[in-house]
Amino acid sequence: MTRARSVLLAAAISASSAVLAQPDARTAQVKRGEYLVTIGLCHDCHTPLAMGPDGPAPDMKRALSGHPQDIAIRAPAKLAEPWVGGFSPTLTAWSGPWGVSFSANLTPDPETGVLRDFTEQQFIQTLRTGRHQGQGREILPPMPWPLIGKMTDEDLKAVFAYLRQIPPVTNKVPDPIPPAN
Amino acid sequence: MRTIMAMVQGFGAGRRRCLAMATAVLVLAFPLLNSVEAVPQSAGPKPPRTLEETGLYSDFATLQVDQRHLAFSPQYPLWTDGATKRRWISLPPGTAIDGSDPDAWSFPIGTRLWKEFAFGGQRVETRFLERQADGHWLYAAYAWTADGREAQLVSERGRRGAYPLGGGRSHAIPGVSDCKACHQGGRSEVLGFSALQLSPDRDPDAPHAEPRPIPAVDLGYLVENGLLVGLPDTLRETPPRIMAASSAERAALGYLHGNCGHCHNDQGSLQNLGLFLRHSSAGTVPPAIASAVGQPVRKAAPGQSPDAVLRIEPGRPDRSGLMQRIGSRYPALQMPPLGTALVDKEAIALVERWILEADQLRKEAHLQEKGD
Repeated sequence: MTRARSVLLAAAISASSAVLAQPDARTAQVKRGEYLVTIGLCHDCHTPLAMGPDGPAPDMKRALSGHPQDIAIRAPAKLAEPWVGGFSPTLTAWSGPWGVSFSANLTPDPETGVLRDFTEQQFIQTLRTGRHQGQGREILPPMPWPLIGKMTDEDLKAVFAYLRQIPPVTNKVPDPIPPAN
Repeated sequence: MRTIMAMVQGFGAGRRRCLAMATAVLVLAFPLLNSVEAVPQSAGPKPPRTLEETGLYSDFATLQVDQRHLAFSPQYPLWTDGATKRRWISLPPGTAIDGSDPDAWSFPIGTRLWKEFAFGGQRVETRFLERQADGHWLYAAYAWTADGREAQLVSERGRRGAYPLGGGRSHAIPGVSDCKACHQGGRSEVLGFSALQLSPDRDPDAPHAEPRPIPAVDLGYLVENGLLVGLPDTLRETPPRIMAASSAERAALGYLHGNCGHCHNDQGSLQNLGLFLRHSSAGTVPPAIASAVGQPVRKAAPGQSPDAVLRIEPGRPDRSGLMQRIGSRYPALQMPPLGTALVDKEAIALVERWILEADQLRKEAHLQEKGD
């Protein structure tokens, strides 16, 4: 083998490795994101509970799609002292001093997914600042952004990568309801 | 609560799991319920503990501002619920601002800026920016005591309830992350000290226009004193001015530049929204007109009227998404989303007038085209 052919062969192997390595890295990032979403309790609020034979369980057909659009809630919970908060049976609607908040649809549905207008940078900034797209309105409780926002950039990128490739679910989450007063 | 208890008890076999889940979520929510925000701590140098230590005053006892600092006022000031503001800039001796990019000036290391906020004649806070050796900006806010004798560093989380504004609302001193939400929304972190804001061709109709301190710090002053270099000659010869069809349009676009353009511009992280309210020295059509007038609302905000399908509908301020957002202080809808608790009525009247007039201007332009 001539020197030139060796160089060409080495270059070809190198190039094909790079092509192969890229999907591997992407897969690893998505797997990391799935892991973080699982242990970060994202499903607890963003995947509605449904009653099954063993009691309520996450409805994985609607995984991470937020408060179901067909469950109407029109007013904050009426609570006796000293209670300040309540939640819906699906664990996707929360009532408190801020009014009523509904967990967002995190799936990549092009019409109803909240992240449809988010860049990766905005997703990271949202969790760092607690503001929509990093600069807009405040995210309402009980979204634990002060804790999630402690993740590294790498981990938040992994979460974003995972969320952008899960099955889309069309579900238009209602707007928040202001406090009763 | 009885409803919640009934629901929990009705979970049957899943009761324990649900209780654990609900407990975990409530524990996570607890900091927010108490308004305790865990903002990531900055790794850089810490700001001085007192305003006095920042070097604003030559004599703090008499609050004599160091005469080496330059007092200035932008022509389109930011609305902060009617606060009276004073601003100063200080450049290290022998340094100058690089103005070669008219839309993003570069400030020398060691530049300091202060902005004082007073309500009802009472100083409430003074914000401080200082450019560090590594190029980053240090952010700090100092809260004045009620007797006006001291100003102490406010925590990175800011301070709510700093001054009552009436109607149950109050001025909040922003936390560092909120400061950065606006100041890091474009290419320059300094917002009110720019070519347009310091143009000698000032807009007499700008809302809340402030008298210029003496000496009048404008482009000419800065260049003549060697404090601004590289400014394109064209801006010296023809000072920057928003080209508009009427005085109301000029003032309205200026207001949007000063109050919205720091986030809504074509350079920062929100550029994908396609709403550009920051004036640009390039181009002939103001970016705000091109990106807002007759342009569809991408995604209605919570509380926005469904008939507001356009960002600005000429002739119909009531159906313009932009008007609904700047005219609201419902947190999910209001614009700007932070830094203000009261609607700016003077600005609302101005922008309404411009939108009403925009329809007429468009019709006139159409008639002229047909006549040609």
